[in-house]
Amino acid sequence: MNSSVSLTSREEIEVHRFSWPVSIGIPVVAIFLQVFLRLRLLAILDLPLLVTIFFAVARRRPIPGMITGALIGTLQDAWTGHPIGLFGIAKTIVGYLGSSIGVKLDVENPGSRFLMTFAFVLIHRFVYMAISLQLVGGSEAWMWSHTLLSALVNGLAAVVLFVLLDKLKLRN
Amino acid sequence: MENFFSRYKNPLALMAVLFIQVVGLATQVKRPEGAKPGTTGSGTRLIRVWTVTAFTPIEKMFVSTGHFFSNGWHNYADLRGVRKQNRELQDEVARLQMEQVRLRQDADQARRLQVLLDFKEKFISKTVAAQVIGTSGTEQSRLITIDKGSNDHIKIDMPVITPDGIVGKVKEVFPLSSQVLLINDHDSGAGVILESTRLQGIIKGTSLGELQINDIMSDEKVEPGERVVTSGGDRIYPKGYAVGTVTASTPDRDNDPFLAIKIKPAADLSRLEEVLVITKMAENTQAGEGPAPMRAADILSQRLPSVPKQDLNAPKHPGGTTTGAPAATSSPTPVNAPKPAGAATEQKPGIAANPLKPPAAGTGTATPANDSPKRSAGTVMTSPGSAPNKTGAETKKPPSTGAGSATPTGTGGPATATPPKPKPTPKKSPSATTDSNIPGASEPKTPDQSGTNAPAATPAATPSPTPEKPPR
Repeated sequence: MNSSVSLTSREEIEVHRFSWPVSIGIPVVAIFLQVFLRLRLLAILDLPLLVTIFFAVARRRPIPGMITGALIGTLQDAWTGHPIGLFGIAKTIVGYLGSSIGVKLDVENPGSRFLMTFAFVLIHRFVYMAISLQLVGGSEAWMWSHTLLSALVNGLAAVVLFVLLDKLKLRN
Repeated sequence: MENFFSRYKNPLALMAVLFIQVVGLATQVKRPEGAKPGTTGSGTRLIRVWTVTAFTPIEKMFVSTGHFFSNGWHNYADLRGVRKQNRELQDEVARLQMEQVRLRQDADQARRLQVLLDFKEKFISKTVAAQVIGTSGTEQSRLITIDKGSNDHIKIDMPVITPDGIVGKVKEVFPLSSQVLLINDHDSGAGVILESTRLQGIIKGTSLGELQINDIMSDEKVEPGERVVTSGGDRIYPKGYAVGTVTASTPDRDNDPFLAIKIKPAADLSRLEEVLVITKMAENTQAGEGPAPMRAADILSQRLPSVPKQDLNAPKHPGGTTTGAPAATSSPTPVNAPKPAGAATEQKPGIAANPLKPPAAGTGTATPANDSPKRSAGTVMTSPGSAPNKTGAETKKPPSTGAGSATPTGTGGPATATPPKPKPTPKKSPSATTDSNIPGASEPKTPDQSGTNAPAATPAATPSPTPEKPPR
């Protein structure tokens, strides 16, 4: 019995597979750390988003990527005070884009990982704000400085975190 | 057609997933009739219940384990120097016992005054201690998760406090845990009052997690360092609990005629560990047995200088100066420390509005006639406890200079003077009944006097509602 998730894509692209415990455990641990550790840094650091980006880029298949994003985002929504779906939709889009971009770009390089995460944090925030303001009627204000700082911190964290998560990949 | 689906499989899947989530979102946002704006209007989502319930035992386990080790270490460390600490504590207990006796007398006086003034206050009847076991983990939503839920009789909208100040209110309740919306969340709000100026406002959170008051007019003077307490007008938080301290007060550029007052929360919202959930608040109905309840506007109108009661029998009073009479019109607030006798006649009637103290009558202390009208009016408005926030606008802009209520400077004399007992008059506020006793009310007023005598309806200004015990 094959106990790993088959995540192959095109033949010419390196195939990354993850075991079931990793596929489920890492997102759960990320969410748990996010809500359990009451650190100010973690508030600006979005571990579930980083995990979403990592799995999406590594799997290089849009549908699993967006489903991963949807599930992680929805679980994250459960801990917030706003309606469920805001993070779900935002991370679905990030998961889809991440897996799509993983097919076309070199996403193993630390520099590209930083830039990619930086951009995805901005996209995630933009989508979140758009849904919050337009669909839910929220009153949050867009703060450029804070958003850019968040993107910077998450980009740097992604470089380190992705190296650690790379070790969990199953290679043929 | 088959070719179309296979070719655009991924975008179609994306659209399908997004559509499902948007529909799910819409069902939550749709509000049933009667639901408050800004709330989801629906019950708790199952996914939320499942997720929180699944994570709660793990979080509790981690928290308990952490506390076990930290407590073990602290228990050992605390034993050092415990003898010396014990001596200090015994001294402290002795001092507090003496203070308690004094406070009890003050409280008794305050209760009698409440009866006279037809006050109704809410006090905390029952609380549940809870431990913070998690947060929302995002900056977009400032929530904490506590380890008490519906099994512990926690309900939605119950206020959550710490000894330092208010924390927030319960937003979601699960069987084993609850989510508390912190006061610095941008969806949060609470009715507050500035302690010394008695200005009322609504405190709200910002996107950055700061606390701000945006509905106080820019012509008001709000100084940094001023304490902010709950007003009780929101019907959630009990009145008089610390909210925070003013750190900055600047004109609001986005909201022109108003101030943007930044508040530093009294409770450290980023380091909460244990909190108290107020599960029951009882209303003090003792005062309700007196005269019929009056609206805040009625009380205010009686005390405004535009409607002074004339009393031809009132003796002439040469000075016509005022005292901090509004002191007696405020309901007790836990944050107000008792003041020494005569405090009610200090220059700041707003601060002097300490109900734990006897009225100013008998103190014989005079306050300048041009005392702040805002403060006095604000005090009046807060007195019923249930004064709605809407009336706060009135409190900010009282019509005239008639601020402090008049106490004849010559009538006070020594603090040991015991005025006669008041005669409660049904359907009429105690203040109205005391108008006839105001010396100088029928006198031709100088500009100074006219302003100062007018609000003399405040019972503190007259001998009649003075408590039996002489003020200390």
